[in-house]
This record gives sequence, structure tokens and C-alpha cells, in this order.
Amino acid sequence: MSEALAYKATERRNETFSYLPPMTPERIRKQIAYLINQGWNPAVEYTEPEKSFSSFWYLWKLPFFGETSIDRILSELETCHRTNPGMHVRLIAYDNFSQSQGTAFVVYRAGAR
Amino acid sequence: MAAKTYQAGVKDYAKSYWTPDYVPLDSDLLAVFKIVPQAGVPREEAAAAVAAESSTGTWTTVWTDLLTDLDYYKGRAYRIEAVPGDANAFYAFIAYPLDLFEEGSVVNVLTSLVGNVFGFKAVRSLRLEDIRFPLAYVKTCGGPPNGIQMERDRLNKYGRPLLGCTIKPKLGLSAKNYGRAVYECLRGGLDFTKDDENINSQPFMRWQHRFEFVMEAVQKAEAETGERKGHYLNVTAPTPEEMYKRAAFAKSLGAPIIMHDFLTAGFTANTGLANWCRENGMLLHIHRAMHAVLDRNPYHGIHFRVLTKCLRLSGGDHLHSGTVVGKLEGDREATIGWVDLMRESFVPENRARGIFFDQDWGPMPGVMPVASGGIHVWHMPALTAIFGDDACFQFGGGTLGHPWGNAAGAHANRVALEACVEARNQGRPVEREGREILTEAATHSPELRVAMETWKEIKFEFDTVDKLDSASPQLRVA
Repeated sequence: MSEALAYKATERRNETFSYLPPMTPERIRKQIAYLINQGWNPAVEYTEPEKSFSSFWYLWKLPFFGETSIDRILSELETCHRTNPGMHVRLIAYDNFSQSQGTAFVVYRAGAR
Repeated sequence: MAAKTYQAGVKDYAKSYWTPDYVPLDSDLLAVFKIVPQAGVPREEAAAAVAAESSTGTWTTVWTDLLTDLDYYKGRAYRIEAVPGDANAFYAFIAYPLDLFEEGSVVNVLTSLVGNVFGFKAVRSLRLEDIRFPLAYVKTCGGPPNGIQMERDRLNKYGRPLLGCTIKPKLGLSAKNYGRAVYECLRGGLDFTKDDENINSQPFMRWQHRFEFVMEAVQKAEAETGERKGHYLNVTAPTPEEMYKRAAFAKSLGAPIIMHDFLTAGFTANTGLANWCRENGMLLHIHRAMHAVLDRNPYHGIHFRVLTKCLRLSGGDHLHSGTVVGKLEGDREATIGWVDLMRESFVPENRARGIFFDQDWGPMPGVMPVASGGIHVWHMPALTAIFGDDACFQFGGGTLGHPWGNAAGAHANRVALEACVEARNQGRPVEREGREILTEAATHSPELRVAMETWKEIKFEFDTVDKLDSASPQLRVA
């Protein structure tokens, strides 16, 4: 049995996938493909890190209803990130059957890159 | 219609209550019982006796029967089926008119269906296998105070199952030490921690003290992680008055969720508490202590799928479902059957999963199944595959037993969960490739690596006692 190690100081996290290493473009592509295959509608949101606890982040443009191009979604994420430096940017997927979100995860973590 | 005349005495139940030509109405409440009759009692007579005793009948004719239209009010045994692989037992299908039951009262339904009839001498054994609640009745019940989607929106958690942990040792910690264990779990990455069901308000930790320290722990973990957290504060109490007092105190401290034991406390208390939660914006976690007393024996009692339906009608946002893979009882197909009954809006008849009737829930919100009991990181791939996203996985020993403590244990579980979800979304067969997925994830997480080393040998491979009825040979407990 390995010796007990001290658990590090608690870090800020951002829900789904925030305990995995930061997303790479290749990994993001696969998640976008998944949510498109589920029939969900992608959307991009962003916010200042200190306001991230709120239910409502800023909506980037409008949800991309019916969008099936992974490249389009990737480029919107990137443009949102470039236009709003220092902010968290997350990808969400509206599931209009459940009237909720099928998934949501932060793609650009403020301060990470 | 010719008037009936009164004749005192005892007549065969089958004369009035066995109606094989009856076509059930959409508004009827349907039930199926597994019956082993006493020797010499024909199946039709036993089925009719159960229909009679659970509806209008009594053992003898009474003159006041003629003051009403019993043919309108009576339950009807309308079908008999053999139980696969069992020569002694049979299934009796019974239809009850909607007027027999008070609106919005699973209490009233159960008092009729599993009341006196279970002590009835004409049957050797009796088990309520399933109930079809007509949509008209479903609409009279409050149901889950929030439901799965509302819970996700409240907690800002999407696209993955939730993670919890029951605080141990379950008895004997002081309030502050208990709060410490909660804080460590939540800061390490869990969404929830949970009071053990035995924890109410004992001398070593009174409920007010526990609530205060626990909520300080929850709020500190939220502030540090930026994620929303909760602890199921158990408000199960000796009296309803005391239960509401504890619930109100939890709300005053900002708690997002409270907890209740629906069987030991009873459906009246549970339905009242669910209504309180709906009015007060509170999530309601439901524990199921005592269920195995009712549902484990294949020949006696009430199947868990019936208790599940009753809880969804009475109200609760979480309900323990079993894990399939952990230390507690639960056949895989049967478990998926009652998990569907918790979450879906329409569940079709599916005998392979033990579902005897179509069940239409209309717009009633779903209950989130909670998989808890003897599970650890190695079970994560199977849990993800079996339950999908709309479930809560609770690792008690599998969090607190980590060699580096609760926070590291929580962290390990969170990494394992997210790795399995990411892999599933990529189209990988998570159950088959579970070992590779966890091993890859552990290269970025020493917490997960140590958890995997700690629990690699633990398995729970006892046979299930309450199996689905099938023609293949199997262990039976009579």
C-alpha cells in the first residue's frame, strides 16, 4: 500500500470533464460529433470566472439550431474565446425533448491557456 | 333489469368475481398477483377470492350488498396465466374500477390491494407483482417535487451521472467530525454526500447540530470548487410535525436537498413531505429501508417495481434502485425494468424485464435512480453503461476507504466517471474496454491509480434470490 499523500488545495472546477486534462481539438471534435448525433442543438456560452456560479452565462450569438458541421461549431468556440479573453467558454447542447441540456462542458478555461 | 333477492349464506367467489370475458377499461386500475392456492382450491376460485377480498367482497353475503350496484364496484379477476417454470403458482390479473380509490392516495390503493387479502386462508402465498395505474389516476398524484431535469437545472450538472457518498461510520460521529467528512468528499469532486438512513437525531449527534456543521461544509466546498453541492439531510422523524420542523430548518440553512425513508416513515408522511418540497423548492432524496422485507421473497409480499411506482406517485426526486454490480440484491434486467419505471414517461409491457403492463405516466416528472451499495471505481464502466446519465452513483466505502482519504477518493471517482462518459460519447464500448479506459485516465490521476490498486480484487458474485420468473432452472426460495 502506498503511503498517504496530502490532497492538494481545492481547485476551481467547471462541472463535466473538468477533472480530466484540458480538452484538445481532437477530443472536442468527438464530443461535438456525439451531441450532433443525439439530435441536440449546440450553443456557446461564456462568462467571467468570478461569475461562473450563475445559472446564466452570456450567450454567444444564438444556439446553432440544426447545425451539423463540427468545423462550424469549433470555429464559433474559437471566435468566442478570441473575442472574450480571460473568460470561460463552454459548449452546451440543448435537448428540446427534455427541455433541458443534454450536455455542457467548458472548452476554454480562463487562465488555462 | 330484474331485481335481485337476498339469500343469506356463503357462495363461491368465482360466481361473482371471475369474469374471463371482461375487457379492462383504460380507466381501470390493473394488478397482477402471483398466487399459490391452498390444496384443492381451483385457480379461478383463488383468483376470484383475491379480487373479492381486495375490493368489495367479504366472506359471506350481507343484505346491504343489495343497496348498491356491486357489479359496478367489484374487482374482477379477468385472466390467469401459468408462472414459467413453476407448477404450483399462477398469475392472476385483476381489474379494479377507478371509483374504488381516493384520488392522489397510494395509501388507499395499497390498503385495498395488499390489505386483509394477504392474510387470507384460501391462498398459501400471495405476491403483488405489478400494478397498472391508469393515467387518470396518475394525474391526481403530485409525483416528484422537482424531477430529473429540474434537478439538473438547479444544480447545473449536465451530460453525466451524479456522484454521491454516504458518510461512514454511519453511527457515532459528532456533528463537527461528521461535517469534516462531508467537506472532504465534496471538495474532492462529489456532487452529494448523504446521511445514512440510521442517522436521525441520536444523543451522539442531534439533528440541529448535524445540519449546521454539514451546511457549513457544503457551502465551503461550493465556494472553493465553484460547483454546486448538496448533502441529503435526513429529516425522517418520529412524527410528521418533527419531520416538517427539520425540513424547515434545512431550508433556512440554504440546503438544496433533504432525505426521507418512505417505507419506515410511511406513504402518508412521504406524500406530505413531497408536497412540502414542491412548495419550498427543495429536492427530495428517498431511501428505501425495509423494502427487502416486502420485496425479496419471490412468493410473498410486494415486488419492488410496485413500490417504485407508488413512490413516483407519492413523490421523490431520487430513489435507491440497486446497483446490479455491488453488494446488494438486484438482477440486471429486472433492475433496468424498474429504473425505466422511475425515469420514462411511457413504459411498455416487457416480460423479459418483469413489466406486466404498459404504464403511461403522462407528464409526471421522473425520479433519478440512485445506485448505492458496495461499489467502487472498477464498477464505473458497468454503471455508466447500465444506468446512462440520469442516475446518481454513490460510493460509500469506495470513497471513504481510499488510502489517502475522502477527498482523494472522491477525486478518483470523479476522474473515473468523466473518463467513462467521455469514452462512451466517443462511441467506445465502455463495459468491454473498461480496464483500458480507467488505466488511461489513471495516468493523469494518481488518486485514481491508487483507488484502482486498492479495490482491484473485490467482487460480489452471489446469486440473486429474487429472480425474474422463467422456465429455466434456477434457485428458488419458497
